[in-house]
Amino acid sequence: MNPEVSGVDTVIDTVSAVFMVVGALMSLGAAVGLLRFPDLMSRMHAATKPQVLGLFLLLASVGLQLGTWWVWPVLLVAWIFQLLTVPVSAHMVGRAGYRTKHLHKELLTTDELEAVVQKAADKRDADDDETSGPA
Amino acid sequence: MSRRRISLRQELPLLVWLVFVWGALWQDFSPGNLLFGALIAVVVARLFYLPPVELGGRFSIVRAVAFAIVFLGKVVAASFQVLYLAVARGPKVTNAVVAVQLRSHSDLMVTATGHVISLIPGSLVVEVDRSTSTLYIHGLNVRNGEDVMNLRKEVRDTEAGLIRVMGTKDELAALKQEEGA
Repeated sequence: MNPEVSGVDTVIDTVSAVFMVVGALMSLGAAVGLLRFPDLMSRMHAATKPQVLGLFLLLASVGLQLGTWWVWPVLLVAWIFQLLTVPVSAHMVGRAGYRTKHLHKELLTTDELEAVVQKAADKRDADDDETSGPA
Repeated sequence: MSRRRISLRQELPLLVWLVFVWGALWQDFSPGNLLFGALIAVVVARLFYLPPVELGGRFSIVRAVAFAIVFLGKVVAASFQVLYLAVARGPKVTNAVVAVQLRSHSDLMVTATGHVISLIPGSLVVEVDRSTSTLYIHGLNVRNGEDVMNLRKEVRDTEAGLIRVMGTKDELAALKQEEGA
């Protein structure tokens, strides 16, 4: 084995090993969060977010290990699609969860949305009453 | 609803992105493949018409790189914070839903701010009020009024960063004025 080449290889191996372990740790954190957090909204944080970093680290180590430049664009695309879709899914679940009251109000220190949602609901009820008839 | 024709210049970022995805999926960036990809991109963009994304008309690469680095740093820091919270605090964690009024009224800016804020662990956009461009954000581990202020400041700072990257000239001028005051 050529010592110069193996020197570079050792660095790459070490970096990708660290990335893989930390990336796996992030996924573990997501699992722990899912089990330990009290309500849907806080679980959404654990379920969606550590993936952003975890996936980034795992993809980076895949790229480092394969060592060919043409895998990087695919990995980048995979990560960017993750960046684009994660907030949307988190928002949709969070929004539905809030409106169907899947949350522990007593754990919220401030809730500046409640009044707004309540007002919208009252308005909708009033509209329904006005137009009520055989459906 | 009339379909406004969009200029090629406005559509260009989308087309470049589509061609890039095409090349990445084939793992082949040879000119022939890219040309064919460009052809498909144009056909797809014409056939499956989407409302045009109204760009601010400027883009600062230097600011974008700086923003990306700060963003990655925040994601790393906040990921470990959420990990710590999951392990240490668990069921006892307290949260808050906070309304944050944004400066910009452009859809792109509100969407981008919401995305970035959602990607940073510990904050999640629950509801968007488009008419007043207000984001309702669910924050993890918000214990008191000070934390609420911090969260609000964080969101406003994120928006400021995005305005510096790709806001319109008016938004940028308003931001500078606000900072100077």
